[in-house]
Amino acid sequence: MIGVVSYLVFFATVAAILAIAVLGLNLHWGNTGLFNGGVAAFFGAGAYGTLLLGGTPQDGHLGGFGLAYPAALLGGMAAAAVMAWLVGVLTLRLRHDYLAIATFGVAVAFETLMRNAEWLAGGAKGVRGFERPLRDALGDGFLYNLLFLVAVLVVLVAVYLFLERLIGSPFGRLLRAIREDETAARSLGKTPAQVRLTAFVTGAVIMGLAGGLYGTFYAFVSPQDILPTLTFQIWAMLIVGGAGNNRGAILGAFLIWGAWTASGWALSRFAPVEAQLYTGSVQFVLIGLVIVGMLLWRPEGLLPERLVVSQSGSSSRTQEGV
Amino acid sequence: MIQNLLDGVLTGSFLSLGAIGLTLVMHILRFANFSHAELLSIGAYAALVFDRLFEALLPVFAAAFAPLTLTGALVLALLVSMVATGASAVLIDILVFRRIRENGRELSMVFASFGMALVVRNLIGLVFGLHSQLYSPDIAFATVLSFDPLILVKPDQLFVFVAALAIMAVLHLVLTRTTFGFALRAVAENPALAQANGVNLRAMITAVWLIAGALAAAAGVFYGLSHQITPVMGRDLVLPIFAATIVGGIGSVNGALLGGFIVGIATNLSLVILPAGYTPAVPFLMILAVLLVRPNGLFGEARE
Repeated sequence: MIGVVSYLVFFATVAAILAIAVLGLNLHWGNTGLFNGGVAAFFGAGAYGTLLLGGTPQDGHLGGFGLAYPAALLGGMAAAAVMAWLVGVLTLRLRHDYLAIATFGVAVAFETLMRNAEWLAGGAKGVRGFERPLRDALGDGFLYNLLFLVAVLVVLVAVYLFLERLIGSPFGRLLRAIREDETAARSLGKTPAQVRLTAFVTGAVIMGLAGGLYGTFYAFVSPQDILPTLTFQIWAMLIVGGAGNNRGAILGAFLIWGAWTASGWALSRFAPVEAQLYTGSVQFVLIGLVIVGMLLWRPEGLLPERLVVSQSGSSSRTQEGV
Repeated sequence: MIQNLLDGVLTGSFLSLGAIGLTLVMHILRFANFSHAELLSIGAYAALVFDRLFEALLPVFAAAFAPLTLTGALVLALLVSMVATGASAVLIDILVFRRIRENGRELSMVFASFGMALVVRNLIGLVFGLHSQLYSPDIAFATVLSFDPLILVKPDQLFVFVAALAIMAVLHLVLTRTTFGFALRAVAENPALAQANGVNLRAMITAVWLIAGALAAAAGVFYGLSHQITPVMGRDLVLPIFAATIVGGIGSVNGALLGGFIVGIATNLSLVILPAGYTPAVPFLMILAVLLVRPNGLFGEARE
């Protein structure tokens, strides 16, 4: 029984961490219409940043600054912000395909760098030597994991409330205005490139926060944690849950992570031994079909975006299409 | 150094073919098609199937044209594969992209193309196995051009280079000298105006997919001739091909041609200063450099 409960705690922790990243992507794609093909890179920047800044000194690579945990986590988020700013400043003025390609490229480059640069972050072996915060007081057992889950859920709720406030604010209205009709927004004196950059960096910082928590949870990160697979999973979560709807994003995260884990378990248990090599391929076909199928048959997701009428009396806006 | 340059030109041959098709699709349909590199895989595997088929049916064609490892069967298979891959591209458009386009959700097409890339790549892996394959088991002996410095060229590499240039020359003539070419460019410039002048938009889109698929098939076979065929070749080629379109300027066929060679040469030259493990990141650095210096590429024009 305790086995089942501790597994559920483990599952919920990972799903909640991924849900935070999906919320970040929702700010990009759902609210601002920015395509991010490199979620894994911003997530990874947070994870690597946190572990390098907060870890104990390691032989052979940078890091081990032993910063206090909150400082390390903020550092990881800052790393994600710097990377997002760099990509965003170069691409957000151009047509939208450039952002898609550049973000995809930054993920490839980041993974390549982390896999090869042993002096930087241990290369393929990854980063170890991270003491999880409050481990001395709580130990390594079930209690720690339970409290960690609670902490992650608190962060998830905080991010959710922050984003709800943000998209309900004039800034959020501006994001939607630019997404729907950039020319109209510009004619009102707004600067779309600037606003997009702000939204892009903010979303990336949220992904970095998720990555930092992920790194903290495992006290380890390696290039295997930042594969393009992660990006695809997080997209599927947002598209299934409903782009533009933060509750949908969280629902999608739990659903898809559940489906991914369950299909992995079922394939490893029921597929014949000689087919085990191909279980990964089957899972990828499934996730690709989920993405394409949702776009074809239910593009608004399970929980569609709720269009807010921001000024009462303007009834024409309620019929706004996408 | 000179060896890297030569290898770069070879890499450039198939990157250019891939990039030309991609840039046409991006120009006309206005989305970054992340499944384009999977067309190279489809082409390479289709040619593999037809190659084996023709060798079995027509043993006359099984002999290699010495000193190439290329056989008559593979040449036939390449032609069939170009048609088949073009048809697959059209089919994918009908099944997925067209429906999303006509629902007015153009931005979602990037997501859909990623989803299709995952599906195609992994289905190929499931059908053909995850191991790498070769068209010919014969070892292609390299010709030594010079001993100091050591420079090697395989006859197959020369063939790939010449064949790629020939295909590009034919395409150039079609695009610049025929009514069809004018219509295609008109659609890219202004779809509404082109339609008002009697250009059938749907037929043009189908034509673009056919061309893009055929070029991708040739690129995939040439990649297979000089490297090996694996289900994940699309994953490894997608970024270099995108980099080639950006270097050349999205929408420019000549730009994509030149961009392919520039990216191919730069990637191979990077081996002089960087360990081989870093090679996958080089196209991204080139994208960054182009965006910093000349955001619309060599021949591209600004467009919203």
